[in-house]
Order: sequence, then structure tokens, then C-alpha cells
Amino acid sequence: MTLADDVFGLLGVVCLAAAVLVVTSRHVIHAALWLVVCFGALAGCYLVLTAELVAWVQVLIYIGAVVVLMLFGAMLTRAPVGAVQELDSGNRPVAAVAGVATAGVLGTLVVAAFRGAYVDIHHTQIGDGKVIGTSLFRFFVLPFEVASVLLLAALVGAIVLTKREV
Amino acid sequence: MHLSLALLLSALLFGVGVYGVLARRNAIALLMAVELMLNAANLDLVAFDAWFKDALHAGQVFALFVVVVAAAEVGVGLAIVLAVFRLRQTVAVDELRQLADVDPVLRVDADA
Repeated sequence: MTLADDVFGLLGVVCLAAAVLVVTSRHVIHAALWLVVCFGALAGCYLVLTAELVAWVQVLIYIGAVVVLMLFGAMLTRAPVGAVQELDSGNRPVAAVAGVATAGVLGTLVVAAFRGAYVDIHHTQIGDGKVIGTSLFRFFVLPFEVASVLLLAALVGAIVLTKREV
Repeated sequence: MHLSLALLLSALLFGVGVYGVLARRNAIALLMAVELMLNAANLDLVAFDAWFKDALHAGQVFALFVVVVAAAEVGVGLAIVLAVFRLRQTVAVDELRQLADVDPVLRVDADA
């Protein structure tokens, strides 16, 4: 076990615990705030895996934009601020079985397939802005442009959907 | 560091997301669980990128694309949730049964 393993393990425990609280919390607002903890720990995991730019994009887009959007949505739909029982539907046992089964199958599969695989993080190129930007604009220009059109379409769609009838 | 550590975290995160999508009733909380699943996929992409020592860094670039698509999905998803709330005064997904042929709870035709 190296230092990277230890740090990743600790961040992983924090991330997983926060994720469980996101899906079990009785408060919508608390769930959104636990989502911040989960995404922050995940950004730390990306840093350990030498993905510097992805980590900062995670902080900016997910914590900065997506969670704030969720909070806005929770408030605009007049979500109950206190603890409520009816945040969960009646199929919690079935959902728990499905979730545990999915995690079990995927987990045993990847552990069996990549048991000895080792990431040599000291000899990988750090994925900083320069490296990722070069790759993005040299080899992935077309997907990048398609993504920009997708964002524009989503923006227009969101405005049309929320516009009151005229 | 061991690759299986990252992959195991990703698998567990995805399982938590699956549980959330199936168990939650509030549409906003449901979207949060979807975000967890997308992040699990992102962690896989980044971990395999670092393991494979990809010269193009395709894993990290596609993780960025997943973030973009997730942002678009949340924007449109919340707009739909707000439209449903304005129409029905509720965001509980198991009360929106009008598309059901026969209501599985009340055992009556949905449009009756």
C-alpha cells in the first residue's frame, strides 16, 4: 500500500458515505449538500489519479453549477424544508436489492478482471490544462463542437419548457 | 496505486445511484441519484486513462464530455420537473400515472 492508495481509500470512504447519505437523507436540501461532499471527495480522487483539469472542472461545474441548480429546483418546487417521510417511495426493499446486486456484480467483475493492475501515477503525464487542451483541440474538435451545439439546444429547450404560456 | 481500488469505488457509487433512482419519490432527489451514476462512469474513464497511459488522454477528455452532457441533462431535467410541478402541483414521480394503461395501485383505468 502506497501513500496514493491510502489517500484514495480515505477519499473513497468519504465519497461513498456521502453518496449513501444523498440517497437516504430525509431532507432534500441536506441531500443536495451531501452531494457537494461526495463530488468534492471525487475531485480529490481525480487529483490522485493525475487528472488535474477534470478535478477542477468537477469542482466548477458539478459543485458550482449542478448542485446550485438542484437547490434552485428544490426551492422552486416548494420542497418541504423539514424531514419528510414521503421522500422515498414504497419500493425501497426492491431498490436496495437491485442496488446491492448491481454493485456486487460490477464490483466482483472489475476486481476479478483487474486484480493485479497497477496505475503508475509517478510516471504518467499530468492531465493539466495544457495537455488536455492540446488533446481536446487537436484530436477531439468535432465532439467538442457537437457538445457546444448540445449545450445550446439544452439551453433553448430549458427556456421553452419553463416559459409560461403566452 | 491499485486500479481495482478506483474501479471498486466506481462500482459501489453506481450501485448507490441505482438504489437512489429506484427508491426516491421526489423528482429532484431522483436527478441527484442520476448524477451519482454519471460520476461513477467518470471515475472509471479517468482511472482507465491513468492506467493505460493514453497519449491522447481520451479518458479524461471524455470525462469532460460526460460533465457537459450531465450539465445539459440537469438543465432540461429541472425544466421538465418545474413544468410538471406547475401543471400538477407535485413532483412525486409515483403520482404521475397518466401514461399507465391500468393503474397498478388503484387497479383502475388511468383515464377513468
